[in-house]
Amino acid sequence: MSKANITLNVRQTKPDTSVIDIQGEINAFAENVLMDAYTQATSNGARNILLNFEKLDYMNSSGIGLLVTLLIRAQRQKQRLIAFGLNEHYRQIFELTRLNEAITIYPGEEEALAMAV
Amino acid sequence: MSNMEQPGENSHSGMWAQPVDTLSAGDMPEGLTAINIQGRRAIGALQGFGQLWKKTYKVRLSGVNRSSAEVMQIWKENFALFQPPGNRFYLPSGGVTPGKIMWIDSPLPVAPPFYDKPGLVPMTSGVMILYADDESFSVMTPEGFPVSGWNNFSVYEEDGSRVAQVQSFERASDPIYEFGFRFMGGAARQEFIWVHVLTQLSNHFGVNGQVTMTRECLDPSIQWAYAGRVWQNAGMRTTLYKVATPLRWFMNFFRGK
Repeated sequence: MSKANITLNVRQTKPDTSVIDIQGEINAFAENVLMDAYTQATSNGARNILLNFEKLDYMNSSGIGLLVTLLIRAQRQKQRLIAFGLNEHYRQIFELTRLNEAITIYPGEEEALAMAV
Repeated sequence: MSNMEQPGENSHSGMWAQPVDTLSAGDMPEGLTAINIQGRRAIGALQGFGQLWKKTYKVRLSGVNRSSAEVMQIWKENFALFQPPGNRFYLPSGGVTPGKIMWIDSPLPVAPPFYDKPGLVPMTSGVMILYADDESFSVMTPEGFPVSGWNNFSVYEEDGSRVAQVQSFERASDPIYEFGFRFMGGAARQEFIWVHVLTQLSNHFGVNGQVTMTRECLDPSIQWAYAGRVWQNAGMRTTLYKVATPLRWFMNFFRGK
């Protein structure tokens, strides 16, 4: 199987908030690393999970499926998934797939952190 | 990704459908009706009614000496031919192109034991091609379609073999469909269809591939907020449309059309 071409960094910015910095490609092969990052991000009890897409190179439709899986897991744990740093193209993809109705999108980290209360 | 592309740029925009508020019937095949496409919005797995399921179907194409892109090209070209009897798909002119409608005429089942036979409730609708590249493509459903969500079709290399995969993220669109999926053979029919398609694909390459299927219920809850979608139910609307056909002929006759 092709290898995942993605690097994820998890950092806790507030006691109840973690940021997952995404660098690379979100496709079907990113599932394990993305879910591992989510587990790490929530291990300290964070209720707000911020996805940083500023260094996203590429996402295909399998990546949308991964985000839906992540979203459902977060919702079932009563956590919020928030996105920031999407470029115009991927912002449109979120609208096209109507992910934007469930994942709040902010332009940058500062705005996203301000709303993560 | 080509070497010229820069991270984060719009380099893959041609692979995705353009955002639209509502769908347009476009080049509808003759004999079908647009009532379940024209003006409908495309909806994802988050906007449906029933339980959310992720289902993955795979077949290993052992010994097939073709690239993933070549296998996918053949799959795209023969997508309609690989469907089981009674399940009619119509590729758009120009083939699998993001933003185009792939029309579907597929009667819905009403009896669980006969899930492998064409159903009895007429259903004409379609899906929007959401994404397409050389090795995969995805479709997204319109309002009123039996399920709300996405289907991803892909070919990739694993342990030296090509693997063809269908993966769905979807939930029943409304309470009638949810009942049908659970108790009338709808889920079994759906699984039969994709196992059949992958079997036909492997047979096309002379491989007697065994299709595996895994299912995971991502969200067992019901989204009652979408119960009202029952008025857009494509099966009901197609049935009413067909029942009213003699009346339309009669009316058109007296109008001189």
